[in-house]
Formats: sequence, C-alpha cells, structure tokens
Amino acid sequence: MLTDPQEIAVTVNGEQYRRTIESRTLLSDFLRHDLLLAGTHVGCEHGVCGACTVIVDGVAVRSCLILAVQADGHAVTTVEGLAADRNHLHVLQDCMRECHGLQCGYCTPGILMTMKAFLDETPAPDEEQIREALSGNLCRCTGYQHIVDAMMLAAERLRR
Amino acid sequence: MKPPVFKYLAARSLDEALALKAEYGDEGHFLAGGQSLMPTLNFRLSQPAALIDINPLTACAGVKDAGPQGLSIGALTRYRDLERSAPIRDRLPLVHEALPHIAHPQIRNRGTIGGNLANADPASEMPAIVLALAGRLRAQSRRGERWIEAAKFFQGALKTALEPDEMLVEVALPAANPGAGSCFMEVARRRGDFALAGVACVVVLDQAGRCAQARLALCNAGETPILAEAAGASLLGRAIDAAGADQAADLAQRAIDPGGSIHASKAFQRHLAGVLIKRCLSVANERARRAH
Amino acid sequence: MTTRSFGAPIRRNEDARLLSGQALFVDDIELPGMVHAAFLRSSVAHARLRSLDVSAARARPGVVAVYTAEDLGAYFAPGPLLVPPPPIAGAVFNQRTQVPLAKDKVRHVGEPLAVVLATSRYIAEDALADIVVDLDPLPAVVDLERALAPGSALVHDDVGSNIAARVRQSRGDYAAARKRAGHVVARRLHYDHGASSPIETRGVVVSWEARANQLTIWDTTQAPVFLRNGIAAMLGLSERQVRVIAPFIGGGFGPKIMLFYPEEVVLPWVAMKLNRPVKWIEDRLEHFFATTHERGQIHDAEIALTGDGKILGIKDVFLHDTGAYDPYGLTVPINSQCTLLGPYVVPNYDSTFTAVFTSKPIVTPYRGAGRQHGVFVIERLLDIAARELGIDRAEIRRRNLIPAEAFPYNNEIIYQDFTQLQYDSGNYEPILDKAIEMIGYRDFLAHEQSRLRAEGRHVGIGIACYVEGTGIGPYEGAKVQVQSNGKVSVATGIGTQGQGHFTSFAQIAADQVGVDAAEVDVVTGDTDQFYWGAGTFASRGAVVAGNAVNEAAKVVRRKILKLAAEHFECAEEDLEIGGGKVSLVGVPGKSVKLSELALKANPMRGAVSPGTEPGLESTQYFGPPSGATASGVHAAIVEMDPQTFTLKVLKYVVVHDCGTVINPLILAGQIHGGVAQGIGNAYYEQLVFDEAGQLLNASLADYLLPTALEVPRMELAHLVTASPLNPLGIKGAGEAGAIPVGPLMAQAIEDALGLADRKIELLEIPLSPNRLFELTVKPQ
Repeated sequence: MLTDPQEIAVTVNGEQYRRTIESRTLLSDFLRHDLLLAGTHVGCEHGVCGACTVIVDGVAVRSCLILAVQADGHAVTTVEGLAADRNHLHVLQDCMRECHGLQCGYCTPGILMTMKAFLDETPAPDEEQIREALSGNLCRCTGYQHIVDAMMLAAERLRR
Repeated sequence: MKPPVFKYLAARSLDEALALKAEYGDEGHFLAGGQSLMPTLNFRLSQPAALIDINPLTACAGVKDAGPQGLSIGALTRYRDLERSAPIRDRLPLVHEALPHIAHPQIRNRGTIGGNLANADPASEMPAIVLALAGRLRAQSRRGERWIEAAKFFQGALKTALEPDEMLVEVALPAANPGAGSCFMEVARRRGDFALAGVACVVVLDQAGRCAQARLALCNAGETPILAEAAGASLLGRAIDAAGADQAADLAQRAIDPGGSIHASKAFQRHLAGVLIKRCLSVANERARRAH
Repeated sequence: MTTRSFGAPIRRNEDARLLSGQALFVDDIELPGMVHAAFLRSSVAHARLRSLDVSAARARPGVVAVYTAEDLGAYFAPGPLLVPPPPIAGAVFNQRTQVPLAKDKVRHVGEPLAVVLATSRYIAEDALADIVVDLDPLPAVVDLERALAPGSALVHDDVGSNIAARVRQSRGDYAAARKRAGHVVARRLHYDHGASSPIETRGVVVSWEARANQLTIWDTTQAPVFLRNGIAAMLGLSERQVRVIAPFIGGGFGPKIMLFYPEEVVLPWVAMKLNRPVKWIEDRLEHFFATTHERGQIHDAEIALTGDGKILGIKDVFLHDTGAYDPYGLTVPINSQCTLLGPYVVPNYDSTFTAVFTSKPIVTPYRGAGRQHGVFVIERLLDIAARELGIDRAEIRRRNLIPAEAFPYNNEIIYQDFTQLQYDSGNYEPILDKAIEMIGYRDFLAHEQSRLRAEGRHVGIGIACYVEGTGIGPYEGAKVQVQSNGKVSVATGIGTQGQGHFTSFAQIAADQVGVDAAEVDVVTGDTDQFYWGAGTFASRGAVVAGNAVNEAAKVVRRKILKLAAEHFECAEEDLEIGGGKVSLVGVPGKSVKLSELALKANPMRGAVSPGTEPGLESTQYFGPPSGATASGVHAAIVEMDPQTFTLKVLKYVVVHDCGTVINPLILAGQIHGGVAQGIGNAYYEQLVFDEAGQLLNASLADYLLPTALEVPRMELAHLVTASPLNPLGIKGAGEAGAIPVGPLMAQAIEDALGLADRKIELLEIPLSPNRLFELTVKPQ
C-alpha cells in the first residue's frame, strides 16, 4: 500500500536492483531497509552529520537528502562496495584499522566514502586539506586525530 | 524525520517543468540539489503537494561565456562544477573565493546555484555575491521570460521576486574588470556554517590608485543581502586607506539592521560587519593595486 | 611463545566488521511483520494535558495501533529511582521520576504523549499530525534562581517547591579557616554542559514471541542487565524470559545509561499487546528532547588562602538544574561537589547544593558527569587568586598539590559510589611538570608570547589540573572459556559503545591463557550470554569488568596448568603456556594444545572426582572497595582574533595517569575523543532554551559539534601510578579528556585577549565569539 509509487532501477556496488518504492523514500532508507545494505548509517536526516554519505556517479553526497527515486538510472557506491572481498579490505579500511581511526564505528562508513571520493581527486593532500575534507563528517568518539593519521597513511599507500 | 507525502514529478523538459509549476503554483516546489529543500521536508517544516524534479534538465546547467557581458551560469549548475570551472576561477574570482565557504563538499556536490539563490536565505553567501557583482537573474514561465536585477530579486528572508509559476533558469554575472580587486570574507562558527556576517567586495581603482568604483554587499545583515551604497559611495575618488575603510565600515554599520540569532546578537553582527568590511577592503584594494 | 598482549597497542578485533558495514546496530534489525513506532511529543514545556483524541490517527491506512497513557492501564507507573541519594546526613531528596506516557501534566518539551504504530515510520509520522491534543499551557520553569523564588510555577505541584534535593557536605571548619585567611576570592560562576549527541541516536526493537514465551529487546543501552531485570518485573515475566541485547552502539557517553526511558517501557508492552515486533529509532530532532542532557549549575564559591597561595578552605553554594524529573538521583551534583577538590589539599570545605526541578528534559550523567562543573570552579578560583597574589598559575597549583606520600588520601565527603571520597593513589607533581615541559610553559611566558604579540598575534596559554574518581563498584563479572575447538571466549555483562572492549578484554584474557588476542572472542551486552552486571558508566568498564575478566582468566589458567600437569604427569612449575598450547619447559616438541585439554576437561564418558567442574571455564566477579583515582593536567596555547573572537588552538597537551594501560592506542582514542567533546563544551555547544522552555537549537545545524577543523592535534603523555584497589592496577580513562577543558579554555582565552589587564574575568562556560563580544567590547 504505497503512496505515489515509483519503479526504479538503481545500480549499487555494481549490482542492479529493481524496486517499487514510495516517491518520498529517502535514498538512505532505501539502501538500508529495501536493499538491506545497512552499512550506510543515519545520524541526523538534515544533511549535517555526514554519516549517510555515499558515492553517486562518482561524487560523495548525503543519502538522507536524496530521494531514492532520484537514484533511478544512477550508480551508487556504499561502504559495502569498498572492499574487494571479505578477506581483503580497501586501503582506506586497512589504514583506519591500523591507526585506530574508529571507536564506535557509526560515522565510519560515511567518512570512508567521503575520503574515498576526496583521495580519488586529491591524491597528495596535506593535513589541513584532509581536515577540511573531513569537516563535513561529524565524529563524536575519536576527536578526529587518528582518522587524519589514517588518511595521511592511506594517501601515501594509494600513491604507491 | 521522514518527509511527508507529496506527488513526485520528474520534468523531462523545461517546458514540462514550467507547465507543472504553472499548474501547482506555490504548492509545487522545484527539486534541484535538494540540499535546502530536503531538510525542510524531513523536518516537515514544508509540506508541498508536489515536488517537480528538475535535475534532468541538464541544458539548464553549465557556465557559458557571454562575451563582454560576462558569464552566464545555468541555474542548475552544481556548486561542485563552479568550483572546478576555469572561467569562474579566471573571470569571477569573487565567486571562486566564496565557494569553499559554502557548506561542505558533499553539499556542494549536489547543491545548485539556482536553488541556493531562489532559497534566498539571508545568511547565505551567494546572494550577497550576486548583489556585489550587480548580477541579473533570468526567470522563465509559460508566460515568457524576464530579467531581474539582483537588487530586486531578493525581497525578504526566504522570499524572492519569483512568481509562483516562475523558475529561475540563468544567472548572468558581469566578468571582473581586469583592474578590479575583489574579496569575500565571512565569519562563521565553523567552516561551512552559515555566515554570522559576510562581506563581498569589489573595487576598481583609477590610474592614481584612487577608488573609481566600490561595491560592498553584506550577508546576514538584514532580511536580504544588503548593498552598502553609502559606504561604497564614500570611497569614490579617494585612496582606500585605513581612514577610508573605517568611514565606509561606519556608514555600512549604520545602514544595516541585522536580525540577530542565538549565535550572534544584532550588536555583534553589526560589529562583525564593520570588521569584515575593513579587512575586505584592505585585501580588495591590494589585489586591485597588483592588478594594475 | 606468544608476545604479551596486555599493554600493547594492538589493533582492534572489532574493526573489520565495523569498517565493512557488517556490524549490527539496532536499526539494522529487520523482523517479519515489524511495525514502526513514532511518539507524539509535547510541543510545550509545561501544561495540563486536558485530552488526547487519537481516533483520526487510528483510522489512517497503514496505522496498526495508537496508545495513550489511558490504554496502559495498570502498567502505567513512574519509573524506578535508578540511583538513590547517597547516605549523607541531612540530605533532602524529592523523588519524582518520568512516566511512560504523559497523564494529566506535561513537564518538558518532547515529553511523550502517545505512541503510533504503523507499517512504516513515514506513515507513523503522518499519523502524529492526526492526533488532536488539548494542552493548557502553564508558565515554564526555566531560570534556576527564579524557580526557587516564591510564586514560581511548580514542576511538581505535590512537592510544594521546585527543590529536587538539597545536600550539604563539609570537612573541617571553613568559617574558622576564612578568619585566618590572608586572601579570599569569591565569585559567581556558571557552567553549562550539553547534549552528548552520539552520532547514533537511541533505538529500541522489541520482539515478543508468544509461542516461545520469549521477549527479546535490542536497545542502545549502556546497562542491558538492569534493563532486563526492570522490564521483566514491569511485565510480570521471569527474567529468564527476557533477553536484552545491546549490539554495536554508535556512541554512549552517558545518556544511554539512563534506564526506563518512556520508549523502553512502552514498547515492550506494545509488542506483547500487538504480538508483532516493534521498532523505534529516535530521530535527531527527538534526540534533543527525548534523551537526557547534562546542563547547568550556578556556583557562588569562595576560596580562602594564605598570602602565598595555599588553600585554607573552600565554600561553595550551588544550584543544579536537574530537569523535570530526577531518576538518576544526585550523581551529577555529587560529582561536582567532590571533584571540585581536585588534586589539591583542601583542609576545610563546605559545599551545599540545591538540585532544582525545571521544565526541561531530564539531566543525567554525560561524560564527566558533573565533574566539569566542579573543576571549573576550583581552577578559576585558583587562577584569580594567582593573579591577585602575583603568583604564577602553574606555581599556585603546585603549592597545593597533594604530596605523593599522602596516599591513600581521604577527603572524607561522600562520593557517587556511596563511600568516602578517597584517592587511592597518585603522584601529581610529575604530571604538572611534564605538562609544563611539553607545552613549553616557561619559554612561552618568558619569550614566545611577547614575541608573537609584537607581531600582532593574540596568543595565550592555559594549564588546568583535575582528578577523576573512576572504576567504582558495585561489581562486574566475566566468564572465560577455552572451547574444545581451541577458541577462547569471554563474556561480560557490560555493554560496549566504542571503547574497544572486544580488544582490551581479549588482551587481558589472552595473556592469561596463552593465546593471541585476535583469537579471543568477546561478547558484551547480551543478557543471555552473561547474567549479571551494572553497566558501562563512570569510567569503570576496563577497571571493573576488565578485572573480572582477569580473575576468570586466571582461574582458567590454573585449570589449564592443573590438567596439563596431570596429562604430562609432571609438576605445574615445569610447564609454560603460550601459542595456544602448554609445553614442557626445556623439552622441545612436548606440548599439548589447549583444544585437546578442553576436550579432556569435558569427557563424554567415564567418571570424574566429586567437585570437578567441566571444561576450561570460569566465571568470576570483581567489586572494588572504592573507586580508583585517575588524574591529569591539560595545557594549551590558543590564538584569538581580537575582533571576531574566532578561536584557534595552536597546541594541546594532555598528561594523564590512568594507572596501568591495557592498550595505549585505545587509551589515546579515549583521550582525544574526550578533549574534542570538551572543546565543544567550552566554545561551541550550548542548549539554548527560551523563557517558555522551548529549545531553540534542536538541530545539528545550530547545536554545534566540533569538526576536524575545530579539534586540534593533541600530544599525549602518560604517567602511571598503579591502583592498589585492583590486581591489574588500572584506573578508568573514558571521561578524563572532557573534564578540564572548560577552565583551560577560559584561562587561555583570558590570557590571549589580555583580559586581566582590562579587569575582565571569564567566569562561565560555554564561551563563544558572541559572548566574548558581549563581555569585552563596550556597547556603542
């Protein structure tokens, strides 16, 4: 019993999904509860905390500020799409673990997606640039220092 | 904080968008970047009957060279693309300088200049910049099109001159005079937050280094972006030195009526406006001198 | 031989799952037939509730049910008192606790009035607008002093006033001390803490399986055991029928240990009534009203000193905002009262507080739990005394530090754990010296500051000390088991909200049973896996649960050795444990795997001697006689823009003593996170209520959490005075980073702006550019 139903076809992490959803369904809810990709987290639903950040057509965006219907025909990458497989984490993930860049882990997927997009475009950032890139993602646990360390390390490793 | 029910309509063409807007009027909101609209929907502060998604209208996006007129920016141009635009960087340094202050990269990846301007938040940066540059905005509807001067476009907090059936389609900004110096500065609690106060400034100097033109537009100094006309006029024909800047700042402070908020009292906003005008004028003046 | 885990900065066991989005949080639970809850909340702070008409909401398609307080019937009851007042003579305490849904009266904005269950949260929110509420507004009680004035509106009419509590504690004779004083400083100080704002809000999912007769609750709680016991009692179920699971939690910081929140009480009842699983996920807007805060105190404080800055005594009278209800007793103001004493010798102390009911959300502990307020008072009084007496700020602190020989040091007054405030161990002067050295204190004041000032830069330095009572009882327990497949498992009753228990507890067990920490699987926060415990709060997880893990692991180790000795027919002294096996010393190749021993310990046939316990398993409990005292010094150099009052922290140093360190990487993370919250508290965050009790900034756009650009890089050093109160010597570290930042920033900002010369003092937190403008720039 859906209000204003929309049929959409979205590619997420390389796989195509066809679903019918309400027009008002947020992309964040669609990913988490329709596709059961619960790695993308919801922190505020007004575009400030960044926990819901995913990559759409190559750019990092707030999935709480996009309607699922707007993703029709587009390609989304979530945190589940970062690692090659269960046994091989992405460099970003490895570095976060090495540098203790996460505590509760709730803001972490949003940070990973933000920084993936950022490092793809800016491969050799300094600390100030990294902090600027991070400033749209709120973390309440870490005080950011270890995240910054992880990103400096990741940038270096990605360049190699 | 889930949005209320609305009818979702994706416009496949500008004509369709305008037809839908004519049909729904104020009950139909354009969905462009959604970075201002979606939070109001999620908070249920706004409950429009219809959302008209204009993201498919890629023809309304892009930066075009309008020759001597300057640059024409499609309303649906995303801030991200403006940040990476060489013409913007080279010919509209004021815009280029302000962009990193507008929210955060993730917001700029979706947010559009048209959506931001049509939202007309008095604390927003781009309205003041468009005003400082004496930009013109083109509105289109089924009835036709019209150009609106920046000074007339912003009519109040979250209120523009757009009629209920109109869509903002283009922002025309005159390119910077080669001898001009511009500067944008704002004070915000955190990077990317709305400005507590902001100044967009363009000055042109004559051969003797005296001010030939000065435009100062302020963010968050009133219900709309404010052009500090008396302040600008006071600088004409003289060097933009400390005394000149002091006087201009004083005149501007007297002319504005900031709204005040929990983050900054009216007095503090007035104070910041003065501080930023002086600093901005100093930088703009220096840039203009170097340009000569 | 396995490398020793304890003390090593090993990487966390839990990270791979969290990093790949494969860790279960409460909102990730999806159950067939699940309905979604939304609560209608009061939009006014204080009102008589005349009526609620939910008929239109019930009729909306997609709505399954709507309930009000009426529908709860006999289930309706005020929540239990979670923490009774400590046994302090003459203490006045008026217990008033929150109700599941409002009946008759509403006492704060956001108080729940009704609950809607629908097939989606979207529809449930639609239905909230269908409910017709008749509220008769009453004047809101907002200002603490006016709340106590005659004629004030009353939050609880039957109390007769807005006094929630009044407590006086004292030591020695302050009045006499004051008479002898060479110098007295008296000031009024304001300290306001804020909303913990974890990135994950609260959430509750309840599944009642009628045929299995089993209730399962997933909850973002920091105290699953107490929640299980309370809900079982409320519903008339056996504790065995109720399972509470706190899975991965996206940050706790204190407010998630408040128990029997209305939603936690209502939803299990709803689940049983509907016989369908129910989910409620708090949204960010709700979080500002529905989850507890820590807020403000007003202190009228006075310090009496000798002419050379030695403290003779302190007197403090303060008001504490407790919100509309006081289920958490007096933990927060007692902490303020006690932590004010700091690392200093304060021979005479007279402290009185009045906790005040207000028309605002409930106040319960948030990281620091009232200690910030006390530390602000003493540190500011010392700064003022230093200036007035012409003594250096660090020096006046040094002169008053409790000497190293004086431990255990008894402050006599009663602490939040109901025992006398006794500092178990500490050595404060080296901490102060280390901080002074690391920040470059002397050089800054002698040379750097004037050099930078000559360049037109407004820079200042601050240094602040604190002690923190941590690791309090009552107790925790743990079960350690070596399984027959060789894996080691640890289970404990507390929960985890990011502190790394899955790793630190593994490290403790790993060393005892001789395996790699990565081989140890730790379960926390599941009442079916471990029955007993109090919860994660008050910087006690590592101390209390960690020691319980250690005790259990030690017993398992003894069992391993005993069994291995029998196996090899040798003496236990001839054996060594490591690498997942037990080996005979000096006899290469002669070893037996732990898995083999575990199998042996659980034979399928044969006889065992009476009293034998099966398996390589042990459950042990640890309860300290009192809390272990951590301490530290923070120092910072800041730069202020003298016209915009923008703050930049140029350098930040933490020297910290939390006893023996389990994992330095995890510890550093805790300190960093605490400091970040402290910076938010000092300069960015403030809950702004208006006269009507409305919260004006209920969004993350206007309640300003610091980002990576506001939090500086921090330099840390650790000194260690092991706690004599537990075998591992550890002290808590979770809250430390947040505690002294307020006074530190006030001191440094005063210095940067040269306010002393202008006779302007910063006696409040939070500060902000706007506030500094008001305090320092003469209005035109």
